[in-house]
Amino acid sequence: MWTYSKKLEYPVNIKCPDPRLAKVIISQYGGPDGELAASLRYLSQRFGMPDQNAKAILNDIGTEELAHLEMVGSIVHQLTKGASIEEIEKAGLAPYYTDHGVDVYPQSAAGVPFTAAYIACKGDPIANLQEDLAAEQKARATYEKLIDLCRDNPDVIDPLRFLREREVVHFQRFGEALRGVQDKLANRKFYMNNDCNVKPATDNNDCGCGN
Amino acid sequence: MHNNCMEQTRNEMLMQIREYNFSIIELALYLDTHPEDKKALCLHKEYCKSLKDLEDKYQKVYGPLTIKYPCNKWRWLEEPWPWEGDAN
Repeated sequence: MWTYSKKLEYPVNIKCPDPRLAKVIISQYGGPDGELAASLRYLSQRFGMPDQNAKAILNDIGTEELAHLEMVGSIVHQLTKGASIEEIEKAGLAPYYTDHGVDVYPQSAAGVPFTAAYIACKGDPIANLQEDLAAEQKARATYEKLIDLCRDNPDVIDPLRFLREREVVHFQRFGEALRGVQDKLANRKFYMNNDCNVKPATDNNDCGCGN
Repeated sequence: MHNNCMEQTRNEMLMQIREYNFSIIELALYLDTHPEDKKALCLHKEYCKSLKDLEDKYQKVYGPLTIKYPCNKWRWLEEPWPWEGDAN
């Protein structure tokens, strides 16, 4: 289960609201490569992982993504806080304002509402981990585009750079988890059915020699 | 201690942790809308302390409940995961 900690993982303090930036950054909240999709993707995939390391990494990265969701939500909130109707209109946020006011609603930069179709759970640990590696790279690329678009606002760039960096670390960890899963599948008989209960405790000290 | 016996103690402790934890959640929701209720505040304080003591005791024996529990070796991977059903 989860408990809430009343602090952001990395601080967000934006002095100059700018609804134009909120309009694009919201994609990392509820867009195809956003933090909501990432957390749900990993937390859903963890159930089907064949070894302890892969379960742990999906559990723990999925949890960190929830903290990132909160950070992105805070950025969007602070960028729209106190904005005038004229500023909102000028930013192209009139349609958003019509349906959501200045609430933080999970949607892409293009206005597509969040959908579970962004999440892949293929029932295959290799396919899932490959998907996660791609997802981290796509999120990194998105953050880089957002950093380009936010070039005039250092208060926004700072947390975005932190979030971008985390994508790089997650990619690294998923790569290691994938190698572990591949070794495991190569080294022993692995039955892919629901009756097969892989006992994680006994696999812990597995040196990989197959004995 | 026998494995079965240890497992039973573990489950009992976990259930007690769960009870304190749930009581704290319930009290917090109540206190969010009744922040002046002295009796609820008092109970909250008592349960927080009991939970902390029990969690400390549990984690010393059975390993970490969160990634914030320091260990001399990484024990986070040892116990089954809660969704696995046996010992959740």
